[in-house]
Amino acid sequence: MKDAYINAKILDPEKNKEFIGDIIVEKDKIIDVGPNVYKKDKPKSYTNVHDCKNLFISPGLLDMRVSLREPGSEHKESIKSGCKAAFAGGITTVVCLPNTDPVIDNVSVAEYIQKRAKEVSKINLYTYGSLTKNFDGENLCEMGLLSKAGVKGFTDATKSIENSAVLKRALEYSKAFDSLVIQFPEDKNLANDGVMNEGEISTRLGLTGIPSIAEVITIERDLRLVEATSARYHVSCVSTSESVDVIRNAKKKGLKVTCDTSPQYFTLNEMAIEDYRTFVKVSPPLRSEKDRLAIVNGLKDGTIDAIQSDHSPQDEDNKRLPFNHAEKGIIGLETLLPLSLELYHNKSLSLIDVIKKLTKNPADILNLEHGTLTKGSKADLLIFDPNKPFVVDVKKFKSKSKNSPFDKKPSQGKVIKTICSGEVSYAA
Amino acid sequence: MKPLKDSKRTLLKPHLLSVEELSIPEIDILLNKANFYADANRQKGKIEKTLKGSTVITLFFETSTRTKTSFELAAKRLGADSIGINASTSAIKKGETLIDTAMTLNAMHADILIVRHPDSGAVKLLSEKVNCAVINAGDGTHEHPTQALLDALTIKRNKKNIKGLNIAICGDVLHSRVARSNILLLSKLGARIRIIAPPTLIPKGIENLGVEIFNNMEKGLINCDIVMMLRLQTERMKGLYVPSTREYFKFYGLDHKKLKNAKKDALIMHPGPMNRGIEIDSSLADNLDRSVIHQQVEIGVAVRMACLEMLTVGIDK
Repeated sequence: MKDAYINAKILDPEKNKEFIGDIIVEKDKIIDVGPNVYKKDKPKSYTNVHDCKNLFISPGLLDMRVSLREPGSEHKESIKSGCKAAFAGGITTVVCLPNTDPVIDNVSVAEYIQKRAKEVSKINLYTYGSLTKNFDGENLCEMGLLSKAGVKGFTDATKSIENSAVLKRALEYSKAFDSLVIQFPEDKNLANDGVMNEGEISTRLGLTGIPSIAEVITIERDLRLVEATSARYHVSCVSTSESVDVIRNAKKKGLKVTCDTSPQYFTLNEMAIEDYRTFVKVSPPLRSEKDRLAIVNGLKDGTIDAIQSDHSPQDEDNKRLPFNHAEKGIIGLETLLPLSLELYHNKSLSLIDVIKKLTKNPADILNLEHGTLTKGSKADLLIFDPNKPFVVDVKKFKSKSKNSPFDKKPSQGKVIKTICSGEVSYAA
Repeated sequence: MKPLKDSKRTLLKPHLLSVEELSIPEIDILLNKANFYADANRQKGKIEKTLKGSTVITLFFETSTRTKTSFELAAKRLGADSIGINASTSAIKKGETLIDTAMTLNAMHADILIVRHPDSGAVKLLSEKVNCAVINAGDGTHEHPTQALLDALTIKRNKKNIKGLNIAICGDVLHSRVARSNILLLSKLGARIRIIAPPTLIPKGIENLGVEIFNNMEKGLINCDIVMMLRLQTERMKGLYVPSTREYFKFYGLDHKKLKNAKKDALIMHPGPMNRGIEIDSSLADNLDRSVIHQQVEIGVAVRMACLEMLTVGIDK
């Protein structure tokens, strides 16, 4: 019972190699990978032989920041619809934020979501736990018990940990379980209920701005605490030039810090708001062109380790409102690959580097055994054509919500097949 | 109510949402017509009821006396039927039913909807959902185009030419839609604009709109032709922007002493409502030689008549 994927251009992010070869899958495992490992003389020993000539195969993507709205707001997204959308986007592993209702701040909610995911999908689904109970910013969650229950890191999702003492204690305590503390950096007082980046555009539109300093000031404080505690610390959704600089320096110093960003921060800038387009209202806000370029540079030089979709489903009623009242967020699962590939097409990153930031790097940050093609690992594969042009059409999205500003965008790079645990989970 | 097909009249825009989207010829046409109405308003029986049979609805999500009355009066002078809807934020829940409100009004076949809303961009959102013309009577801290137009006409009638004038806009620029519309309009018409305010009340990046910034009022007023005061919008101030109104008046309130720095014939303007003793000395506000605050109100009706006419039957080319 073997499947063979042959003649493919294989991208192995672990060995940092691109080569033409075959991948042999038996049940849910990769049993062989390399040039000419497919035995042409014994075709009968294979159940299926997929000729992947001119196509690329990489490990299935790992999206480390996804909001699934179940439990709580199933009308926006359910675990089932979210997993389908992920497969359509070439993603075989998702890590969910704890911003469900109820919040994932205790073992039973974490276990419920894992159990529910197993019922509805073959996808590898993990969750974070909240760092503080019900995101109150004051009382730590049971990090030990939650870690034991399979939770992969701790974050208050879209809320910054404001209290320095709380963060210090969380960092210290996390060391006992080698847990990862994930910060969403935004100084609440400086952000001042703002709805977009502060600058000329916010002034012209008469919208309250969030100064870019609100992000870096939190990161700088946090890094002091990381230095003092030697804990593992990860920054989510880096969006400003100053943040990239500060993290770059911290890495040089040898601090255990990693970070990620989302496609909107390297493909769009604040100009995309035009006349109050609420579909580009996101948190952190879209920044200036200078910041966007700095994010691209941060990805280039390795300061930014990973790219995630920050998939945040919102229904239309919550978006068709005056800009001040519209909900924040963009759905991203089904545009993660083509938007990230823009970095390859405009020659900012090599193809293998783009894939690394979507597979191996986030897997390493979270200590997950995904994002690899090594013999014996789980057969989670993405077969794609990075050059194939297409137009984004949200109507075809599997996601329940359609809040994407990238609708109608001419793009390049299509998922052909997603294989999860050796089974075809999506085929274009 | 449709414009006549063979008419010499022109509809300039489907809506009047911001100064930013108005061209200079459009502004000229509007101001000329408004100037005509400003004179005609003083003589009985001079005004043609060009809007007879049309329906004007004022929909104000924020309280207002002068703007609302001004629009309603303008509509009546032109013979339109005007109805006011008081949609204070408590009655219609903040923006949430804005589109529903639009749909409801759509069903009533109004010709013009005049909207004020506390959120920037909300009037534009509403304009996308209705079949009638929409006038922005102030949206959040974004724009208040008819106020800027009436200010421009007031200046024009007093100083003949706007081009080359030094105009100082003083005070709470951060929270002011009037300031934004005036900066855009008056600089389009060739004036040199200065902003005078404490650094905390100056919005980021405003210098890119082509204004000069002063934190010192005495210096900023030197050689000014027009001193436009803004209301300190304490209700929009969530944080601390100025330590006290006493200190504010001391440094940024317009009094006789500070006014001496401006040109001798400099005029004082204020969009109202005034905070006497906070941004302006009470006796200065009432000084009819210097203050044109009441003219602004009078001309406001004329400007709004021109705007209503522009959006319904069109204005003579």
